[in-house]
Amino acid sequence: MPNWRGVWLLLGICHLGSCQVPSVEKKLILTGSSTLAPLASELASAFESRFPDVRIDVQSGGSARGISDTRNGLADIGLVSRALKPTENDLIAHGIAQDGISLIVHKENPIATLSSHQIRQIYTGNINFWPATNHSTKQPITVIHKASGRSTQELFLAYFQLANRDIRPDIIIGENQHALKLVSSTPNALAYVSIGAAEFEATQGLPIRLLPIEGIDASVLTLKSQQFPLSRRLNLVTASTPVGLAKQFIEFSQSKEAHTLINKQFFIPIHGY
Amino acid sequence: MAIDLWLPRILQLCAWLCAAIIIAIMTFLLLESLPLIIESGFWSFFQLQAWQPEENRFPLLAMLIGSLLVASGAMLIATPLGIAAAIFGRYYAPTPLAIAYRGLMELLAGIPSVVFGFWGLTILVPWIAHWSPPGASILAGILVLTLMILPLVVLTCDAALLKVPPQYLHGATALGLSRWGTIRHISLPTAFPAIASGIVLQMGRALGETMAVLMVCGNVIQLPDSWFSPVRTLTANIALEMSYAMDNHRAALFASGLLLLLSATALMLLADHYRQKNCVQY
Amino acid sequence: MRPLFWLTALLGAVVPLLMLWDIIANGLPGLSIEFLSQPPTDTGRSGGILPILFATVWILAICLSVTLPLGLGCAIYLSEYIDSHSSAARWIGLSLDILASTPSIIFGLFGYALFAIYLNFGFSLLSGGLSLACMVLPLFIRTTEHALRACPIHYRQAASALNIRQSGFILRILLPISGTGIAVALILSSGRALAETAVLIFTAGYVSRQPDSVFDSGRTLSVHIYDLSMNVPGGQQNAAASALVLVLLIMLINSTARLLARRYISYDQTPL
Repeated sequence: MPNWRGVWLLLGICHLGSCQVPSVEKKLILTGSSTLAPLASELASAFESRFPDVRIDVQSGGSARGISDTRNGLADIGLVSRALKPTENDLIAHGIAQDGISLIVHKENPIATLSSHQIRQIYTGNINFWPATNHSTKQPITVIHKASGRSTQELFLAYFQLANRDIRPDIIIGENQHALKLVSSTPNALAYVSIGAAEFEATQGLPIRLLPIEGIDASVLTLKSQQFPLSRRLNLVTASTPVGLAKQFIEFSQSKEAHTLINKQFFIPIHGY
Repeated sequence: MAIDLWLPRILQLCAWLCAAIIIAIMTFLLLESLPLIIESGFWSFFQLQAWQPEENRFPLLAMLIGSLLVASGAMLIATPLGIAAAIFGRYYAPTPLAIAYRGLMELLAGIPSVVFGFWGLTILVPWIAHWSPPGASILAGILVLTLMILPLVVLTCDAALLKVPPQYLHGATALGLSRWGTIRHISLPTAFPAIASGIVLQMGRALGETMAVLMVCGNVIQLPDSWFSPVRTLTANIALEMSYAMDNHRAALFASGLLLLLSATALMLLADHYRQKNCVQY
Repeated sequence: MRPLFWLTALLGAVVPLLMLWDIIANGLPGLSIEFLSQPPTDTGRSGGILPILFATVWILAICLSVTLPLGLGCAIYLSEYIDSHSSAARWIGLSLDILASTPSIIFGLFGYALFAIYLNFGFSLLSGGLSLACMVLPLFIRTTEHALRACPIHYRQAASALNIRQSGFILRILLPISGTGIAVALILSSGRALAETAVLIFTAGYVSRQPDSVFDSGRTLSVHIYDLSMNVPGGQQNAAASALVLVLLIMLINSTARLLARRYISYDQTPL
């Protein structure tokens, strides 16, 4: 005779958790950009360790999701990795850090720099081979582009004055890490990613190199000195003037204590100096 | 006794509840995509032009072909390999090896698609890129997908072969049939319905796989002109764009999910029809 | 024919073994007692995975506790109460097959709409577990059904001759006999559930903190591996270590299920 008592006991234990009443006195929900989400999680845990009865949930989903969730109240604060558009005037942006977008190639690629004209030609499929190469034969460029809807892609296209329909990519990726992995394993690849992510990986030993734009090196330093042209602000957005817990959290994120966390993600803090 | 009155009713309820889940999902997809279908018409999805959400154009044909190519390629490789491996495990391998083999397959069945995708991205794609850049291609997708569905094909075929009544095998031995002869003429036909339903399930899974194909197929929306061209599958499209889509774009993605489901339904109906014709009673 | 089968078996095992070797080699350096007992810090790049292990086991438990009764009921109904060639069986079977071929991301969206929004569970372990249950039901039902159908006909005939009730036959003879088969179905289902990422991102969320209750958000090992390898720069090491932990967890679940089935449920003499 099977041990039915054991089976039911096991099933009962599985449901023990549902006996607890969820406590929701102090809770914040943040959703939005996947570039910002790791930083937001770090800020959230630092905030929670300071105020132990607070729960902050960070979910991903993209800048557009952050905006729509904030608008219809599903999230308290939205994570947006770009400036707000004119159509998003009903929301208030609180900038907490700065990031940039840089082109990356494999470390062994001898190319020193690419002009804006060259970049435009490469991405629209008019230049297909690397101009300078270590090999005797011409090396085809593997063009990596980001999927539509990402703020990284929108900023890239806006800066180089390209339309998405004119781009002729070889590979389309969704996340920064996808591009980083492809470039580090394919010597002829070209991609654009967040500087924070790229510089972090480069310091960890990933065989990539950041290309300068318009003669200016792509690094956290040039971002800080406002020299680097392709920069973007990372924002926390709210539907109205923040009050209570949201206000405290935003103030914390813009304060000096947040700097270490922001620097760790290889972004630039912009407040609280 | 009372139990015999209500047990069948409860079981019937369970069964119809399980069957109702897919109806709920289809209704959900239909409701979400209906505004766009009404607005643009049903056939607007079956064009070959470029996918341009900004310009309200959502042709799905190229991605549908991409999905079908990757899934059917993987099935074509995994099915014979899987059945052969299951036969190996049941009839040719020494018992400890067979147990280890089955354990390996069960282990592989639980590894997340992300791990397979990651392996494909860091090892398979650069390897293919040596022969023909960019490396992320239909071929990469087929190989990774084969790797993913092979364990389950092996396991379901193995379970099917296990249920062949031992009396059949004893009878075959008594009649002097060779091992391969027994397998070919007795075990396989007997286990065929179970094997067939296992294969059909895996075909569905191959069509529905998202993460791994997203990482290795290149995601460029185009009609492929060789096995080395990048493609985008319908599932990868939904995964890439769903979080960033609004209104019509979002509805188009739900419509692509519905299209995928309908293609899978068509395949299942075909397989079901074939199964009805060739079913061996046991 | 014999060498051909050895060859194909080898072919089918070589690449997966290479992959497993990769996981073990990359993950082993990161594995330690601290890794298993500490919460993650620095977006998961350091620290451990304790809350994630909790969430994984919890979600799996919710999923199986819904799948087991519902799936078993359906499978028993399909094998015992209706003829396998009747239209009811065909339609139920068809709907299960189509359910099995639904892309995982659709389950994520459906689960989000039904459990998180409509039933107001929000991003929670409960939403995640229930969506996973919807996903693994077809696999569980099909495998269990085959295990039940394989009950030798003379058992059924003997039960009939002894005037044993249908319910008695099912509860006291059929289920124990098919114990190993049901255990295999559970193993396959839990394997499938543990391997899922897309479903859980939309329903259980990303939060890497210890969940307080089933209504709290949490991430499983597969979501954690996805986050570390695709979202967080420098997360490779811990992603590999988490993958190794997942592999070990699957091995644990598989062997426990088989052991329990053999000792407590099954009178089956079939070798594993």
